Amino acid sequence: MIRLEPRENAPVWLTLSAPLSAIIAAFIICSTLILWAGESPLQAYALLFKGAAGSRFALTETLTRATPLILTGLAAAIAFKAKLWNIGGEGQFYAGALMATWVGTGAITLPTYVMIPFLIVMGALAGGLLLLIPTVLKNRLKVDEVVTTLLLNFIMLLFVNYLLEGPMKDPMSMGWPQAASIIDEGVLPSIMAKSRVHLGLVVALVAAVLAWVIMRFTVWGYEIRAVGYNAAAAAFAGLNVNRTILLTALLSGGLAGIAGVSEVAGTKGYLTLDLSPGFGYAGIAVAMLAALHPLAVILSALFLSGIFVGADSMSRALNVPTYISDVIVATSVLAVLVSLMLTRYRLRWG
Amino acid sequence: MPPGIVVAGDLGKSKMTAILKLVNISKRFGSLIANDAISLDLNAGEILALLGENGAGKTTLMNILFGHYTADEGHVEAFGKQLAPGQPDAALEAGIGMVHQHFSLADNLSVTDNIMLGTEPLWSWKQNTTAARLRINQLSKDFGLTVDPNALIGTLSVGERQRVEILKALYRDARILILDEPTAVLTPQESDDLFETLRSLVNKGMSIIFISHKLNEILSVSDRVMVIRRGKVVAEQPIKGADRASLAEAMVGRTVHDPKGEVLTSGETVFALDDVSVASDGNLAPLSNLTLAIKQHEIIGLAGVSGNGQQTVAALMSGIIRPSAGSLRLFGKDQSTFNPAIMIENGIGRIPEDRNSVGVIGEMTVRENLISEKLRRPPFSKAGFLNAKAIDEHAATQIKAFDVRCQGTQEETRLLSGGNVQKLILARVLDANPAVLLANQPSRGLDVGAVAYVHEKILEARTRGAGVLLISEDLEELMALSDRIVVIYHGRLSQPLNPKSVTARDIGLMMSGQSVAA
Repeated sequence: MIRLEPRENAPVWLTLSAPLSAIIAAFIICSTLILWAGESPLQAYALLFKGAAGSRFALTETLTRATPLILTGLAAAIAFKAKLWNIGGEGQFYAGALMATWVGTGAITLPTYVMIPFLIVMGALAGGLLLLIPTVLKNRLKVDEVVTTLLLNFIMLLFVNYLLEGPMKDPMSMGWPQAASIIDEGVLPSIMAKSRVHLGLVVALVAAVLAWVIMRFTVWGYEIRAVGYNAAAAAFAGLNVNRTILLTALLSGGLAGIAGVSEVAGTKGYLTLDLSPGFGYAGIAVAMLAALHPLAVILSALFLSGIFVGADSMSRALNVPTYISDVIVATSVLAVLVSLMLTRYRLRWG
Repeated sequence: MPPGIVVAGDLGKSKMTAILKLVNISKRFGSLIANDAISLDLNAGEILALLGENGAGKTTLMNILFGHYTADEGHVEAFGKQLAPGQPDAALEAGIGMVHQHFSLADNLSVTDNIMLGTEPLWSWKQNTTAARLRINQLSKDFGLTVDPNALIGTLSVGERQRVEILKALYRDARILILDEPTAVLTPQESDDLFETLRSLVNKGMSIIFISHKLNEILSVSDRVMVIRRGKVVAEQPIKGADRASLAEAMVGRTVHDPKGEVLTSGETVFALDDVSVASDGNLAPLSNLTLAIKQHEIIGLAGVSGNGQQTVAALMSGIIRPSAGSLRLFGKDQSTFNPAIMIENGIGRIPEDRNSVGVIGEMTVRENLISEKLRRPPFSKAGFLNAKAIDEHAATQIKAFDVRCQGTQEETRLLSGGNVQKLILARVLDANPAVLLANQPSRGLDVGAVAYVHEKILEARTRGAGVLLISEDLEELMALSDRIVVIYHGRLSQPLNPKSVTARDIGLMMSGQSVAA
């Protein structure tokens, strides 16, 4: 019989090495699939790494792809810390992108240094308010937010679809379902020459540091953690649980909304239906991989982004489909979850 | 006659032979030695009391006996045969039955079904309920364990459920019965009934191990007592000649004083319930027309069998619920808003019943839990930012003042022992100098040393001027500490009683709803 015993204190080397060994384990597990596809795992991983970080172009692509993942990862990390199960990052992402398109395609024109913060704030509001709906339903009527946030994703996507086919369709788009471009004042400038890396990366990094400061050093962070760990005890100690969950929703939805702004005003320039290849959902994996730690979200987003970008280029060279990236990410998340459990508990036989 | 039942005539010849032997049992968990070469002999037809504080190793020993753990060293012999280690079935087959503190009965099944559960072969088409019922009837007649075999468990009282648990063991031909803290959930009357049952069981040849930390019970029911402290047997003696003080000392390892409050005159009313009713909401029992006044310098003891409304009173005082009728007054003023923050602000200190899941947040550190009730107040936070220095200093002072044993203020609270968690809560609550103190089961499950500490602190608060409501299921505790005792039964309160002029028996009767001629 195997039992779990809580560890008194996990040694530092274990806390640090556990996620790394988990990821190595994930790669070893996934190599069986590559073998099955008839290719050499070593060669495949080498190509994957080269595609993710082997050249300046590869690196900048990884950074570009990591930008929205950092933001949606933070969104999931903060919400999950409060045990607010926000699966609606995708919907909030589009809410932010939609808001940026609505106010940023000519409706309002401001100087650049005002226009960009304005778009970010508006996008954050849109995302935050969208998450507020299921959160109020959860607080008032105990409606399960997993269901409502998930279903809101489809509502948002269909709503954007409708707008892009109708009221928001750009007349100059030659019939494609896409909105007008963000005006020049609102476009997030590139921060590395000859690459797609834009100001959104800086915004994401600042957001991660701010999120860490909030969670670690402020009353809000204390309340969010307390409510997440044990809502009954938090309520008994006089903390306002409902208000804390609403605040968490605004922060979380806001971060996902900013991701939408960053993609529409930074990477793409205009709103389309394929603006996000699932950044909202991938954010959940990013957050889990980072054990919900805001600073670790940066590393974890870079890792996921590297796998996605690297797998694209690997699959062009080898007979391994890009879906391997999804398998690697999923296996890594599972392995990291197991390794985190092992840092808090030790296994005992008998 | 089933093989498990030894008729009274066998008693004489089997009297002094050990039928159960635990030989040199040792068990280590990491660096902790839970059992250190413990040997135990149980003779036929005796009640052996196993006395020890929480964490002394009693439960580990019983888990080894039942094969839930494998001992690192030593072995178990029942009726001369060695039991296979690590196999729960082995103990059952050898005729050892256990009645746990928390019953394992299904509420929606009948007594007969519950007793048969697990004894029937898995691959059988039909149940032989009639035969089982006859046998249960016979057993309950033989041993004086009256219970209706057709009754649903959900309709039975706690005492009756315990009888079902004992019957369940007898039905499986147990000849050795182990009871783990069996009186924790019983009223004094039910406890007396249980002791009578136990005596009649041993008279009929059963042997019993009785695990408890209540000295009076052990003195009145057992034949022999074994005291375990820190995994070692520290005393073993026949009950004749044993006395309370020396057993307590053996159990704790030092002298323990009974709590004594100094004589004080009570002052103004600080907290009052005036004709308060609360409608039932499914989780909490309803209250009807409660009137209660708590004055400065006094401890009111609230007695009652659990589930009669004392938790509703506690929830009211904690600010978790509001009265559906009547008023709650603090310092003479009607309270109109009800939430925990308001109650804390108004000077009500609250020690919750469930210290681990309501009192503290286990995943947060000691220093964080110490400020959970005053998070937004200076100096602990300023402009929304936590003041780490103030929090650290506060924590360092508090854990020293209240003797909270931890590896440091950064340790996660879940890793603390029950007694230390309670000290942490006391530190948090008493630091605010509350005018009213709610102590809800403050000593339940704590070891003797920690209990004495909790009592001392409650008495200190009383001396300082706090009005205290002490909710407890331990009548000894209530009688020792309270200035007045009220009994709650089905959501109604009795008149206040003077603990010096009533007996535990009277209070016990009132707890079961019978009025006592004063």
